[in-house]
Amino acid sequence: MNEIAKILLFMVSCVLSNNYIFSRFLGCCPFLGVSSKVETAAGMGVAVTFVMAIASLFTKLLYDLVLVPLNLGYLNTISFIIVIAGLVQLVEMFIKKASPSLYKALGIYLPLITTNCAVLGVTILNISSGYNLFYSILNGTFGALGFLLAIVLMAGVRERLETSKVPECLKGFSGSLIIAGLMAIAFMGFSGLGN
Amino acid sequence: MNWIPVILAFSVLGLIGLVFGVILTIADKKLKVETDPRIAQVRELVGGANCGACGFAGCDAFAEAVVEGKVKPNACPAAKAAAIGEVLGLSVEVGEKKVARVICQGHNGVVTQRYEYDGYKSCATAAGVAGGPKECRYACIGLGDCMKVCPFGAISMENGIAKIDENKCVACGNCVDKCPRSAIRIIPADTKVIVLCRNADTGRVARAACMKACIACQRCVKTCKYGAITVENGCARIDPEKCTRCGECAKVCPCGCIVDYSVVTPEA
Repeated sequence: MNEIAKILLFMVSCVLSNNYIFSRFLGCCPFLGVSSKVETAAGMGVAVTFVMAIASLFTKLLYDLVLVPLNLGYLNTISFIIVIAGLVQLVEMFIKKASPSLYKALGIYLPLITTNCAVLGVTILNISSGYNLFYSILNGTFGALGFLLAIVLMAGVRERLETSKVPECLKGFSGSLIIAGLMAIAFMGFSGLGN
Repeated sequence: MNWIPVILAFSVLGLIGLVFGVILTIADKKLKVETDPRIAQVRELVGGANCGACGFAGCDAFAEAVVEGKVKPNACPAAKAAAIGEVLGLSVEVGEKKVARVICQGHNGVVTQRYEYDGYKSCATAAGVAGGPKECRYACIGLGDCMKVCPFGAISMENGIAKIDENKCVACGNCVDKCPRSAIRIIPADTKVIVLCRNADTGRVARAACMKACIACQRCVKTCKYGAITVENGCARIDPEKCTRCGECAKVCPCGCIVDYSVVTPEA
């Protein structure tokens, strides 16, 4: 298979068959917490995409250039957390300066990304799957786009549910969990694609 | 034991932290967003209790809105509105001062206790247990739900009912929303003669429930020369428009449920 087709397939698999929420079950907290409105869900998704892409770049560089030469590979989790937290802060300051309107729209979701396990998950999976720098960034970016897709789909469903008749016992969180489960099953249909 | 990897691990993590610390410090300086200094000044003057009486998300949001001119400074009951006006160069008319008052004098010993409540210390919970521990269904329950929500620390519990410190109260209305008995009202601070009872039961029932309950005897109605008092729904009511604060009604009330604050210091 030539290289371009391989890359394209990798992108598709990141978004669909290896979706971070529906097949790896990472990042479920914002997925359930920030998915009541499509607008805010999309904002959260975009912020996560941004952070995941640059976090993949920085953590991969840190791992390959600092941790591995010093035989400190076991420090990856803790050092990646520091990197992600620092990056999120930096991104927040930058957005605040560069685009106050985007800053207002993202609001508290920006700092919340620090504790989003999908971001840490991506960076650690990059290492354990043995991706090189290019694939790490691809994985980060398209994995996050998969997150964006999932959270926007979920928000769409939940917006519809707001106006429809739902049995009392399925209102709110219990219903959301069932929907998430059904969507995960639907996404299982993509499994095998692009592996 | 070989200490080198341990020291290495410590120093690498420390270095990562240090690098990010330095980068963030520089970024904080470089990317500092210029905010209107008046926002901080106004924020100082509104007190920062985040009571929500202005309708904004908090004192910060209110201060921003004031500086942008979206709202008048006197929308904040706690603010030194005149001082804010000076900061912004506006003239501000200061509204009439209001306070919250507990419309009840059902202290322990005055009101009949129906049972001894020994549960969770919350008025809302107690009110749900057979209608509350006090015989009077209108009485302050006295377990301090209002005290807990008061952002200004103006409410204390004394002898079984809430007491509001007029000097600290800014009439934000949080206690009014919280009281399960609606026993707190926001009234102008210069309302001096007040019927401190809401009991709408007939005289005998009211009397059995509380020694200081309004029994709708009409004596105040007859005494008032200005026709300011009516008895509605079994409880006296003073029309603030007609009341001249002469205090005659307070003198004749057999139950002591009309209180003249110009004579008595606000007790509770």
